[in-house]
Order: sequence, then C-alpha cells, then structure tokens
Amino acid sequence: MSVTLHRDYAGAKLGMWLFLFTELLLFGGLFLLYAAYLARYPQEFGAAGREMQLAFGTVNTVILITSSLLAAMAVTAIQRNRQQAAFRLLVGTILCALVFLGNKYLEWSIEIGRGIYPGSERLVAGPPGESVFYSLYYLTAGLHGLHVLIGGFFLALVAVRVRMGTIHAGDFVLLENGALYWHLVDLIWIFIFPLYYLIL
Amino acid sequence: MSPAADLPTTDSFWNDTGRRGVAAWIFSTDHKRIGLLYLYSVLAFFLAAVILGILLRLELMAPGRTIMGPQTYNAVFTVHGVVMIFLFIIPGFPGAFGNLVMPIQIGARDVAFPRLNLFSWWLYIVGAGIILASLFTGGGPPDTGWTFYVPFSSRTGTNVSLAVFGVFVVGFSSILTGLNFVTTIHRLRAEGMTWGRLPLFVWSLYATAWVQILATPILGITLVMIIAERLLGTGLFDPARGGDPLLYQHLFWIYSHPAVYIMILPGMGVISEIMPVFSRKPIFGYKMIAFSSIAIAAAGSLVWGHHMFTSGMSDNAILVFSFLTFIVAIPSAIKVFNWVSTLYRGSISLEAPMLFSLSFILLFSIGGLTGLILGAAATDIHVHDTQFVVGHFHYVIFGGAVFAFLAAMHYWLPKFYGRRYAEKPAIVAWAMMFVGFNITYFSMMVLGMKGMPRRYYDYLPEFAPLNLASTIGSWILVAGLLLLLANLFRGLLKGEPIGKNPWGAATLEWTTTTPPPTENFEQEPVVTHGPYDFKGAGIP
Repeated sequence: MSVTLHRDYAGAKLGMWLFLFTELLLFGGLFLLYAAYLARYPQEFGAAGREMQLAFGTVNTVILITSSLLAAMAVTAIQRNRQQAAFRLLVGTILCALVFLGNKYLEWSIEIGRGIYPGSERLVAGPPGESVFYSLYYLTAGLHGLHVLIGGFFLALVAVRVRMGTIHAGDFVLLENGALYWHLVDLIWIFIFPLYYLIL
Repeated sequence: MSPAADLPTTDSFWNDTGRRGVAAWIFSTDHKRIGLLYLYSVLAFFLAAVILGILLRLELMAPGRTIMGPQTYNAVFTVHGVVMIFLFIIPGFPGAFGNLVMPIQIGARDVAFPRLNLFSWWLYIVGAGIILASLFTGGGPPDTGWTFYVPFSSRTGTNVSLAVFGVFVVGFSSILTGLNFVTTIHRLRAEGMTWGRLPLFVWSLYATAWVQILATPILGITLVMIIAERLLGTGLFDPARGGDPLLYQHLFWIYSHPAVYIMILPGMGVISEIMPVFSRKPIFGYKMIAFSSIAIAAAGSLVWGHHMFTSGMSDNAILVFSFLTFIVAIPSAIKVFNWVSTLYRGSISLEAPMLFSLSFILLFSIGGLTGLILGAAATDIHVHDTQFVVGHFHYVIFGGAVFAFLAAMHYWLPKFYGRRYAEKPAIVAWAMMFVGFNITYFSMMVLGMKGMPRRYYDYLPEFAPLNLASTIGSWILVAGLLLLLANLFRGLLKGEPIGKNPWGAATLEWTTTTPPPTENFEQEPVVTHGPYDFKGAGIP
C-alpha cells in the first residue's frame, strides 16, 4: 500500500464547521424549550431571573471573551511563525477556561446552598415555572460547562503539539479548528448570559 | 469471510498488507473494510431484531397469552424497534453501502476523514454494546416503545437511562458519518465528476448526510433530557412541576421524522442506480431525481407534528403539519414516476436486484399512499395508534428501505467479493419474501382499519383470523430471508467469478478491478460522461 500524504485544509475546516452546526443544534433544543416555557411562565421566569447572581455571569462573560481573543491571537501568532507566542497564548486561553469553571463552581455552590438545584425541596414546593427555569438553567449551563472542559482539553492537546513543533506555520489546521471550537463555546455563552441573567 | 484464493486478487483490498487477523479489520481506515464491518454489524442486529419480530408475531397468533405476558411483550416490541431503527436501518445504508460504494463512485481514494470514519464505527459498536447491556442490567430491558415517550419513560423502573445513553452514542456516530460524507462529496470528487454527473446514489447519500447532521443533535439533547429527568429529577417534562410532555414529543419527532428519510433516501438512491442498468437505458429525469432527494430531506424536516395529531396540539398546528406532510408526497411521486418512465421501452432484465427494485416501487408506493391516510388529520384520528400504523411503517421501511438494502446487497457485494450468487434461488427467495411480506403487513393494515390497537399483547376474538394470517405470512417472509442470505453469502464465497462489470453499468465503481484495489483505482479516473450514459461508457 502506497502511503500518500493527503492534506486538504479546506476539507478539514468544512468538516469542523459542519460539526459546529451540530453543536449549535444540540443547544438549540434547550433554547427552544426556553422560548416555549418563557412564553408560558413570564412572571416566574422574571422573578427567578432577577435572583441570578449577575456578578458571576458578568465576570465569566468577560473571561470567555478574553479567552476567545487569546485563541484568535494564537492562530495569528502561528501564521507569523511565532511558535513560542502561540504556545503562551494557548496557555492563557486554557487558564481562562479554568477560571471560568472555578467561577461556575463557586456560583453553583452558592445556589445549591440556597436550596436551588433540580429536584430540591424549595423548587418542588415553589411555583412550577421557577422549577422549570432553574432546571433549564442547570442543564444548559452544565452542558456548556462540559463543552468548556472538552474545549480546554482539546486546546491543551493542541498546545502540546505547538510546543513539540508538529503544529507550525506550514500546518496549523488543528490549531485553527481548536480555536473555531473555542469561539463556538464562547458564542453559546454569549446567548446563555443575557437569556438567564440579563433580560428577565 | 474472504474470497477464494484462485481469483486474480493480488492488488485487491483483501490482500492489503499491514496488520493481520482481526486487527486488519477493526483498526483499518480503508472505507471498503469499514463498509464491510458496518455491513456485518448491522446484519447481526437485523437478524437479532427479526427474531424478536417473529416472537411478537407468535404472541399475536392467537388471542390471550400465547408465549409471553404483557410486560415481556412490551419489552420485546421496544427492543425490536430500538435495534431495528437505531442499530440496523439508520446506520445501515450510510455505514455499509455509503462506505463501500460512495468513494469509488465519485472517483476518490477514500473518504475525507478516514480515521474519523473508523471512529464512527467504533462509536456505533460502543453504543450498541451499551444498548445490549441495558437489556440485562438494572431494571431489565426498557418497555417504553422505541419512542421513549415521557412521562412513562421518566418513571418506569426498567433500564431506560442506559438504553437511551446507548442511543445517544450511536447518534453521535451517525452525525460523524454524515459530516464525513458531506465533506467527501464536496472535496474529493475526481476530475470531471461534476455535480451533474454525480451518481444518484451519491446524491441521495448527500441529502441523507445533511439530515444526519442537522437532525441528530436534536435527538441527542432530547435523550440527555430524559436521562436528566430520571437521574437529576429536572422535571422539565413533568406536568406536576410545570413541565410539558408535549414538548418532549415535539423534540423527539423533530429528529425522528427526518430520521425516516435517513432510512429511505439512500434506498431510493439504490433504486435509481439499478433501474437504468437493468432497463439498459439512461435514467429518466436525472435532475429531478437528484433534486427530489434534496426536496424530500428539506420538506421532511418540517412535518414532525403529524405524529402528534391526537396529542393535544392546536387545530392550526394540525392543519399546517397536515399540509406540509402532503407536500412531501410530491418529490416522492417525482421519483416513482421517473423510475417507471425509465422502464418505458427499456430492455428490461428481471434479475434479482431488479426484482427487489421493482417490488420496492410497489411496496413503497403502498407505504407512501397509506402515509397520506395518516397525514390527513381526519383519517389519522381514526387509525392513530392502531395496527394500521405498524403496517404502514413496515411497508415504507421494510418493503422500501430493507428491500432496497437487499437489492444493494445483490447488486454491489459481488463487486467486492469477486464472485456472485446463484440466480434461481435468489429469485425464489425474492418471491417468498414478497408474498410473505404482503400477507404479514397487509393483514395488519386491515386489522388497524377495523380498530385493533398496536402495542397490546392481547386482542378481541374478532381479530383472530387476520392475526393468524399475518403470523403465517411472517414465517414465509423469514424463510425467504434465510434462503436469500444463505444463497447470497454462499455465492460470494464459492460462486462463479465475475469480471469488472457484470451488470453493464456506467458508474465508476465498475471501471476498476474486481475486487477493487486498496485505494480504489490504479490511476485516478478522469470522468468524461454521465453516470447513466451507457454509450459514452462504451457499453453495448
């Protein structure tokens, strides 16, 4: 069997974009439920939304946008053949991801301390719309958190390969795809943040 | 299984050097090997689910308890549905024949992401293993029906969570196959293989792949929500806590109706390949058949509500979904008319692949037209959740998709084994299946019209004669199926050797050696004619 190296950057990116579509649709199901239940329980959603901890949400939004910026800068750095800078920028992105998850942990600890989690006594006894709001919030933010974790792992793998030099100015589609995935994780949060913390 | 040694197979993909034994298969990134892996995996699950189906028919042979009680019956029809749908017919066409044939048909050496392709198969196997594990652990096999409807699925003590997780993993595999195929068809067509020269099977896989990409994630999130409902108590579909079970049905059918087109569209593609070859005539209406695949995929994604006419939707929603459902009939009919027109004044050769294709047209038409009875709200309310639905569904998916799958096995597998089956037993098997099929499922449709509900292990005495007929039909059907498989695989191993192009077809897979070499072609092909241009291909 002859071994031929086949590199198709446009193909690799097309595949990644298709995958990002599927991720959007995955979250789409949850946003659909949000829309349906918001229409049914506007008051309860409003009351519950005002109880959300805006400070955590805001800080996390700033962190994620910064991390996306760092990921984009890493791509530019590698294009300009600055291997070391790309590596550092990726480490920065991953640190942001960790801070994001740490914040999430604190925020959820406080919420759970207040008796707010799916199936909690307080929510079961409270108005139905409130329970729906928090269940949806935990599912959506939890799934998003899982994506932050997966994206962080993926970028860590990419960072190692940048460090080893197997990703370089001549072949960096993996880094570009990793950054694309990271932007998606960021983008989904950009929708979660206003829907749950701001507009209600 | 591998072809006998006396064939000129020195450069065939069977002789690929490298890993040995099982590892040469389960770690191979060759699309043909992965295709065969899929073929045998889906066939194994198909046969297992056939046995369950036979057991269901045995139970219904006479009123009252025949061989199993109600709880077992619920579990058996659930597992029959889950295995047939998620482990056989959804992964079947793209996984087996999409992998085997599509890259060769477009003149590529492999799919765009060969390692991802192998990963898809592994995900499929892992998902299937999880589903199998759910049968024997926890509270026992799920008893919800393959639709996992809430609130029952969030409350039953059976092992729904694990089964649902297995389906989630299999769904992920389906998504990856879809995105692999879309990228392959966009990026890896050979020189001269324009979109207007794409074989119709490839067009149908292209439409299917988009459905896999766009619809499957919705199933994914829906299944995650069932698991969350059961393990975390989210209560999102629990009316007592403000949830709405109807929203579950919407989410489920947003995937599961388009999924029907994942099952049938590639089958239609197979028929579009076989019709012209066995009519010795270019396909009639190439562009319209290609377009109608896309139209079915698009329109079919907007009709999910017709599963919910009796669930308590608003009348306006029912009207809209009913109307959209009728729209799907148009591109489906375009295909049927074009196939029939291809036959007109053709030199028809009634060999096994053609017989399966012709019976596909008849059975699919019956299935499609009875679908309109279900798509019209007024008649649906009469036959909803009766045996009529079961009959209709099997006409479309068994008489349609599975007959097309069997046609594809007879048409394409000889190419990959270098040997062919015996013709006469194949025709006898086809005749038995065709007769048995109609007895089995037509009886069900009549029973449904008379009011026999589905998913009950027992029924009123007045339904006994037709149920007995249906059960006897199922024996003829399965006997035919066993004969067919025995003859086919015996032929592939020991039958007459075949040359490059035994059927006289004009698509690319018949221009390479039999069996094809590892990277499909000795030299990269340059395409100069259409897929059904027999003159251009120099075929008399």
